[in-house]
Amino acid sequence: MITKRIIPCLDIKNGRVVKGTNFKGLNDVSSPIELARLYSDSLADELVFYDITASFEGRQLFTDILTQVASEIFIPLTVGGGINTVDDFDRVLKCGADKVSVNSGAIKNPNLIKEAAHKYGDQCVVLSVDIKRVDGEFHVFAKGGREDTGIEAINWIKQGVANGAGEIVVNSIDTDGVKKGFDIELLKLVCDAVKVPVIASGGAGNTQHFIDLFKQIPDIDAGLAASIFHFGEVAIPDLKQELRKNDIIVRL
Amino acid sequence: MIAIVDYGVGNLFSLISSFEKIGADIKVTSDANVISSADGIILPGVGAFEDAARKLRESGLDKVIISQAKAGKKLMGICLGMQMLFEKSFEYGEHKGLGLLKGSIVPMKGTIPDKLKIPHIGWNALHFAKDSNLFKYIKPDDCVYFVHSFYATDCHDSVIATAEYGKELTAAVQKDNIMGCQFHPEKSGEVGLSILRAFCEME
Repeated sequence: MITKRIIPCLDIKNGRVVKGTNFKGLNDVSSPIELARLYSDSLADELVFYDITASFEGRQLFTDILTQVASEIFIPLTVGGGINTVDDFDRVLKCGADKVSVNSGAIKNPNLIKEAAHKYGDQCVVLSVDIKRVDGEFHVFAKGGREDTGIEAINWIKQGVANGAGEIVVNSIDTDGVKKGFDIELLKLVCDAVKVPVIASGGAGNTQHFIDLFKQIPDIDAGLAASIFHFGEVAIPDLKQELRKNDIIVRL
Repeated sequence: MIAIVDYGVGNLFSLISSFEKIGADIKVTSDANVISSADGIILPGVGAFEDAARKLRESGLDKVIISQAKAGKKLMGICLGMQMLFEKSFEYGEHKGLGLLKGSIVPMKGTIPDKLKIPHIGWNALHFAKDSNLFKYIKPDDCVYFVHSFYATDCHDSVIATAEYGKELTAAVQKDNIMGCQFHPEKSGEVGLSILRAFCEME
């Protein structure tokens, strides 16, 4: 049986992990390479690197770091942030990324998913969507969740999959940062709408939230989180043991 | 020295890095002489079967790989590289493979339960079907990373491991010196590196 995936997400700015960490034993708590190594050793199934720098220099630094990480970490790596063109796909894939996540880039350029999927294959293209409830509807938000596009989220995701997105990351703005659990209602709708892997993001505060996620939505493929892992509030090996105790199939 | 065959398909970054990590002496090459003088051959591959098989034929390296494998040199195909070891593939039409292993490549669509997502993507447990030196450092149910929509079938004589996804799908094959992994050892953490190490250590 395919296992449920646990994915830490690292936001990178100017070559450093944003949202400091307090891991014991790490010499440099905001070193992306040290943190990536630690996660890989502690059974993370995949890593997401999100580039939140805007400058050219920052971008160069990001690709350098990515290259270094990919040279010594042998689990799947997804890269997102600042992906607006097929050339951006090329840039990060050459540095060892396995999948590339598009968000605002797909809103700005409706052909991006199609072009990238055609060139690199569906499995390479991840559509990441920031979603928030607006007047009883789910809307797609752009610019890091700051701008309401007015686009209805479920149709947007269906269209993305039809264009060749091989995986969907659903980030619920309503639950993000609140640490009261994933957005089960929204995630269920997405899982019912598409037949590609769906990754839940936003809201994880403790181990029980992951158990609830996988129990309540058997079709969900993965749970993604950042700060609870970075701050050591939830250790991935412990989380996976708990999931297994609850009959959720994980890699241990 | 292990020759990693470069025939213009896919990105070899992770594969090269993983061999470097285990300290293997590798050469990425499209030179028939290098392949012929190597101790072992890695045939990588991602993307579409037809395109990859055509590129390999056009490079002329298909004949080199076949003759070297038939002479007993160890050879491992990875992902699409494994699929190309077989006689043929039914990926969007019917295409000829290298014919080093008996069997063919078929789509998951229509042959696994409808409710399952395609591609088969993620970490799945290996079920050993036969003993193999390739597995000397790993244990049953160790997980490896898969990304594929097609799989090898009618290959009972070579299958050494399967993974359950609606049915037991071919995960690894071996017929004497000719081997293949459907999964990505270069993306399967320590388990994957152990498989590559075992390959490098084979006589």
